[in-house]
Amino acid sequence: MTDLHKTGAVGEPVRPDTAPPTAYLDVRDLRIHFPTDDGLVKSVDGLSFRLERGKTLGIVGESGSGKSVTSLGIMGLHTVGQYGRGKARISGEIWLNGKELMTADPDEVRRLRGREMAMIFQDPLSAMHPYFTVGHQIVEAYRVHNDVDKKTGRKRAVELLDRVGIPQPDRRVDDYPHQFSGGMRQRAMIAMALVNNPDLLIADEPTTALDVTVQAQILDLIRDLQKEFGSAVIVITHDLGVVAELADDILVMYGGRCVERGPAEQVFHTPQHPYTWGLLGSMPRIDREQTERLIPVKGSPPSLINVPSGCAFNPRCPYADVPADGITRTERPELRPVAGAEGGRHHSACHMSQEERTRIWTEEIAPKL
Amino acid sequence: MSIPGQQAPGGPEPILKVKGLVKHFPITKGLLRRQIGAVQAVDGLTFDVLAGETLGVVGESGCGKSTMGRLITRLLEPTGGTVEFQGKDITHLGVAGMRPMRRDVQMIFQDPYSSLNPRHTVGTIVGAPFRLQRITPEGGVKKEVQRLLGLVGLNPEHYNRYPHEFSGGQRQRIGIARALALKPKLVVADEPVSALDVSIQAQVVNLLDDLQTELGLTYVIIAHDLSVIRHVSDRIAVMYLGKLVELTDRSSLYTRPMHPYTKALLSAVPVPDPGRRIKRERILLKGDVPSPISPPSGCRFHTRCWKATEVCKAQEPPLVALEPGHQVACHHPESVPEPVAAVSTV
Repeated sequence: MTDLHKTGAVGEPVRPDTAPPTAYLDVRDLRIHFPTDDGLVKSVDGLSFRLERGKTLGIVGESGSGKSVTSLGIMGLHTVGQYGRGKARISGEIWLNGKELMTADPDEVRRLRGREMAMIFQDPLSAMHPYFTVGHQIVEAYRVHNDVDKKTGRKRAVELLDRVGIPQPDRRVDDYPHQFSGGMRQRAMIAMALVNNPDLLIADEPTTALDVTVQAQILDLIRDLQKEFGSAVIVITHDLGVVAELADDILVMYGGRCVERGPAEQVFHTPQHPYTWGLLGSMPRIDREQTERLIPVKGSPPSLINVPSGCAFNPRCPYADVPADGITRTERPELRPVAGAEGGRHHSACHMSQEERTRIWTEEIAPKL
Repeated sequence: MSIPGQQAPGGPEPILKVKGLVKHFPITKGLLRRQIGAVQAVDGLTFDVLAGETLGVVGESGCGKSTMGRLITRLLEPTGGTVEFQGKDITHLGVAGMRPMRRDVQMIFQDPYSSLNPRHTVGTIVGAPFRLQRITPEGGVKKEVQRLLGLVGLNPEHYNRYPHEFSGGQRQRIGIARALALKPKLVVADEPVSALDVSIQAQVVNLLDDLQTELGLTYVIIAHDLSVIRHVSDRIAVMYLGKLVELTDRSSLYTRPMHPYTKALLSAVPVPDPGRRIKRERILLKGDVPSPISPPSGCRFHTRCWKATEVCKAQEPPLVALEPGHQVACHHPESVPEPVAAVSTV
């Protein structure tokens, strides 16, 4: 079970967890802020989720919603500091396999990175070093964590290239990244990420730069590899189709916060947040004939410097004038469990009462999709 | 419908006729720029665009769809074939010869960040077509530009702002306003929404839709996203390695694709419905698109096709109408209607 968060009483906001973590990955109240000349950019502002081994979490959101910043935060790849350009102020807890990473020694985190947790980046051409062969880079990642000679490392690289479906791996291992096509480069990136059998794999927009036919190959590969290695996978994407293909659980981000999360079927079939409705309504569907117009979200995403007080989605929300349920509009809505959701893992953060939202979804939104 | 001679009487006239369009980019080597080969980006396209319709063009990267867009707007000089716009041959018109045509054929570009001059104000950008064509619209350029900004959903008071002050979606609207300035008849949009976020993408798709109804535009929309193409197009052309492999109306393409490539392409699109992922049959194509420098012999798709036979390697299948209005270039088409013999080739 990918218990995303402890289940509070229905309708009650979820309180921060203080119990020791039981899940494989447990992120609690993660905040990542960047000081800039124009003000403090709150890229991630209080994000919590859990993930078990063997499960896939899909993080969906538009550009600037904090998806990638979150993934880099988990990997410990931000330069931390209170002031200065590019420095990040991070708070919260990241528990990986019972170890807290935020307070851990940086050397220790470095030993975990690559071995315990690995990342697949969006653009493999810029993520790979153009001066070194693909094999060299995979071997390097392997030998950093394993005390083996070059020959063994090379054998391992060829084995992995073969596993991810590169033809003639024993020859292609000596090729440079530019000699690979886009899809092959992405495969090589995956091979590099998997070389140490990590238990946590973060894929940040793994297929955005690829054509659909190649995208299908890569998605299948990620799914097969997860079954084979039993890793926990986080897929970050803006494409709801990709998430529907891969994810067991979905977390929808908006303005640096989670607005809705839960099992994939529940989030897709009974979404509980107007932003999720907007995403579903904005998307042209390939699987049905659409004569209706798309239902876009009006306006554009918020600046993360001046996130609206209250709900960040408020200025774009078509239901902002519906009376709020129990809390004032200026107060920020916390994640609350959805009553009656199977498994109790479906949460959403909205001012409207659940009855109102269910009514709007079933009567106004769902028939138009 | 789009084949010459099969034109339904009384149906819409083709606004654009493309015949055997070819574009080869030479690859040169050495001091003397000796030509050693050519990128066969577009290799023999024949199709019509009917007045008032939206023709969607899909294909993977490198299939030549953007080159095709630049050829029919004559931003590139075709190597062979003809392009006829409203009955006039524009294949080899020079810059001066094309200028009057430019009023009627406009283009919307993919990247709203690089297609607007950062040093010009929105007023200058959208007003440029009037300056270039030496036209003074009724009420003056400024008034007309403000009307256009309002038309695409921007605030007319933002006339004096610079592109960097706008978001991606707003910039794309500026590009659309510029394309519409001269009241064109044909608008070629090359990936008009691929650089935008999902919620913004829907706004722009709806805007294009409204403008078409309002101004009676004809669109050629080039995109790689099959869901977007399904939503916006009346007819759809599928391209593979510089060739048309299938051309038909929207519903037959998505419900009864005949070319194996189209079928594979459609099956590869992830469907945003978690319940569907198990049930669905997916055709996984092996490998990547071959290089357009030395495309495969015969049918260009044979290297990745699961139905390929000897004839596919040797002979190039012609684009023929297997059903009225459904053209396919394949030796072994899928879901062919029963009375095959009754259907003649072009």
